[in-house]
Amino acid sequence: MTKNTPLIEVQNLTIAYDDFVLLKNISFTIYKNDIFIIMGGSGCGKSSLLRVLTGLTPITEGKIIINGTDFTHANAQTRNEIMRSCGILYQSGALFSSMTLAENIALPLQQYTNYSSNLIHELVELKLALVGLAGFGDFYPSEISGGMKKRAGLARALALDPEIVYFDEPSAGLDPISSKLLDNLITDINQSLGTTIVVVTHELSSIFDIGTNSIFLNAATKGISGTGNPKELLANPPNEDIRKFLTREVK
Amino acid sequence: MQLKYNINKDTLDIILNGNFLDFDDNQIKQKLLQQTKNRQISRIVINAAQLQNWDSTLLALILELIKTANYNNIAIEYADFPENISKLIELALAVDRKPEIKKEISLPFIESIGASGLAVAQSIIKGWKFVRHTFISIGHFINGSAVMRPVYFMFALEDCSYKAVGIVSLVSFMVGLILAFVGAIQLKTFGAQIYVASLVAIGMTRIMGAIMVGIIMAGRTGASYAATIGTMQVNEEIDALKTMGISTQDFLVLPRIMALTLTIPLLTILANFMGILGGATVGVVMLDISAAEYWTYSIDALNMKNFLVGLFHALVFGIIISLCGCYYGINCGRNADSVGKATTQAVVSSIVWMIVATGIITLIFEVLGI
Repeated sequence: MTKNTPLIEVQNLTIAYDDFVLLKNISFTIYKNDIFIIMGGSGCGKSSLLRVLTGLTPITEGKIIINGTDFTHANAQTRNEIMRSCGILYQSGALFSSMTLAENIALPLQQYTNYSSNLIHELVELKLALVGLAGFGDFYPSEISGGMKKRAGLARALALDPEIVYFDEPSAGLDPISSKLLDNLITDINQSLGTTIVVVTHELSSIFDIGTNSIFLNAATKGISGTGNPKELLANPPNEDIRKFLTREVK
Repeated sequence: MQLKYNINKDTLDIILNGNFLDFDDNQIKQKLLQQTKNRQISRIVINAAQLQNWDSTLLALILELIKTANYNNIAIEYADFPENISKLIELALAVDRKPEIKKEISLPFIESIGASGLAVAQSIIKGWKFVRHTFISIGHFINGSAVMRPVYFMFALEDCSYKAVGIVSLVSFMVGLILAFVGAIQLKTFGAQIYVASLVAIGMTRIMGAIMVGIIMAGRTGASYAATIGTMQVNEEIDALKTMGISTQDFLVLPRIMALTLTIPLLTILANFMGILGGATVGVVMLDISAAEYWTYSIDALNMKNFLVGLFHALVFGIIISLCGCYYGINCGRNADSVGKATTQAVVSSIVWMIVATGIITLIFEVLGI
């Protein structure tokens, strides 16, 4: 598979809640190995788009093709198989509070593999080490900081060696150092594991640091205002909305 | 006076003098606003040269003045205004984004009845789907494919077993006591107070024990299920389970249903015993019945049929409470307020459905002669 192989194709997608249309008729493609940023102002539908991409919210119109398979109209078994190749890091980490970090990470392994408990234990240790949390396996989510929760959530998302990892506002609630460390981790995972990364964010420093491709969602037009590498979009903004957003201009 | 004003031809001069801390003189505010509606006035000048200390109450007054003046097309000028007040006024008047006008759709009467009917039908379908998925999960458990963590089952078991013994014992004892009291008043008039023992024994074992345990467990365990699972919904843990392809029914509902359905009949047996003990207390202390005599009459009144009917009720109540608690938890919104609502709905629905189930079971048993 080459770098320009389409991995996720969103075709004529419309997201609406009853009469309220959030995004209308949008299409874009995420390529293999991209760090793809979904950006835009508050309320433009970034998180809703992520929920649709991960199958948590049904779409109103259009379709999503993941790895050549129609994810939208697939049966439950196929959807589960596709989701098995995806990991998700939620804004809050979404770790199961009644389980230790090791148990959280072991859960998808126990669910989807027939590995022995020894191997699962070793894999858990590896994933924790990859995100810089070696030795924290016996800790409960309530005993660690916000940044550590996100990293533990990432370790769980990486448990099954997914092809795609979705991130919902990874920098939210983190101090600049933790945020930068998480950005570095995202880049490292992308480069070393070849994982395609999809990030929903409006954090400019992260967007420029890690993004290789992006779309800009516009609340006013309910569509996509621009696509491309964020740095190139900053250098040659295709319209005023993107220029203002990327330069933090308010007037 | 802190706030003075005078009218000079077409100009309303307002002078802010001294301290404007906690300024809440409604009379003068109203007079001032009244002046801005004066047709003669085409200009307002607010002078703050003598202004000393101030807080948001002054800003609120100025903003109110500005709004009224704008509405009446009156120009406003500020004289010797501190820079920070000017900045705050500028901020307060800046329009970032206008709220969208919410469309209030009011349906005609017939259509609104239809819409309500549809909403009820949808919620029934949603509830039915939940129950169906739960039974599928029970099937998964039987064939060994359920993703249920034994530790979750043990936690749930712990929560609804020995921890509930104290409250169940106390309430059942009191209910037995009350039953005996109420019965004794009537039975005493016929000299048949000894039958209080039979009344309490039959009443507790056939239905009262199960109902009391049901109500206690709905408030205690059903509410706890809704709150715990609701909080997981708020924290996106349910989303995480779904995207991992793990059935929420297997993972969250199954251990709770199993734990409660298993423990509630045992708690009902305890409740029956404590109720009879409560009745015996009244019998021995107030009705001068000997403990041995009371015991003999109680044993005579007890029969396996009533005992099993009570346990059957308890079993049904266990399923209802756990289903309601888990259903409202999983369908909880995504904020703290929703968790409170889910908890209330779980308890209320559990109690309503328990009463409905009791009615149906009683009717069926009556027809079957049980």
